[in-house]
Amino acid sequence: MPVPILKQGDYLIASIQSALSDTEVLELRDDLADRIGRFRSQGIIIDVAALDVIDSFVARSLRNIARTASLRGAVTVIVGIQPDVAVAMVQFRLNLEPLQTALDLEEALALLDRHTRGHGRDGG
Amino acid sequence: MADDVTVPIAVDADIVVARGEGRALAGRLGFSRTDATLIATAISEIGRNILIHAGAGEVEIGRDVDDHRVAIVVVARDEGPGISDVERAFQEGYATGSGLGLGLPGSRRLMDEFDIETKLGHGTTVTMRKWRDRDPLEVVRESPAR
Repeated sequence: MPVPILKQGDYLIASIQSALSDTEVLELRDDLADRIGRFRSQGIIIDVAALDVIDSFVARSLRNIARTASLRGAVTVIVGIQPDVAVAMVQFRLNLEPLQTALDLEEALALLDRHTRGHGRDGG
Repeated sequence: MADDVTVPIAVDADIVVARGEGRALAGRLGFSRTDATLIATAISEIGRNILIHAGAGEVEIGRDVDDHRVAIVVVARDEGPGISDVERAFQEGYATGSGLGLGLPGSRRLMDEFDIETKLGHGTTVTMRKWRDRDPLEVVRESPAR
């Protein structure tokens, strides 16, 4: 099942609904890259709350998405890392840097608004 | 044992199945949600190693019990090329396939025991265990049945 990507003003919100296979993670990367160009998005939010694990492959893919987005002028924020997933990432010594993270969608939107000086959201 | 599950690994969706089975069994064995996630993450890495380096294999998930503890046991087997330098495979960032070289050292940190047997040209078997202390009541409750 592809990850739904919503467009809100100049932001894209990818909301992962279930555990993803590696192929699905790569599809998400490609979908986002395509839409950033098409919609001239300034910010991307990826909600990972439904991910069962963040292992080395997922972490690397998220970093790659952020790098690709940044080359196209967009900022990426990861939201919803579950407490148990965070513990596993620390113990594994996985690093999401230089990715930005936020606790929830609201905080992520505020973070993007600061980055884009409030011009990101229509009328926001 | 009834709890044993074997998941064949041939495509990347199988990794999702294997780690789901690991998480489910960890839950049944009384591991915390956090421990279940550590176990699922280690299974994900080891399952991916099978795909990258051998193309196919299997992950067997079962349990081990002693007087005071219970373990989830994960055995990942493949008949791939084997690992020529196991020491180096455990070095951070040493990658031969499309991986990052984080899988083995990272997984070892997530589990309590981590053994690897490998023979060039014959394949690799990784055995990982994570233990949980059983509370004394649990042991008493089970003893009449054994």
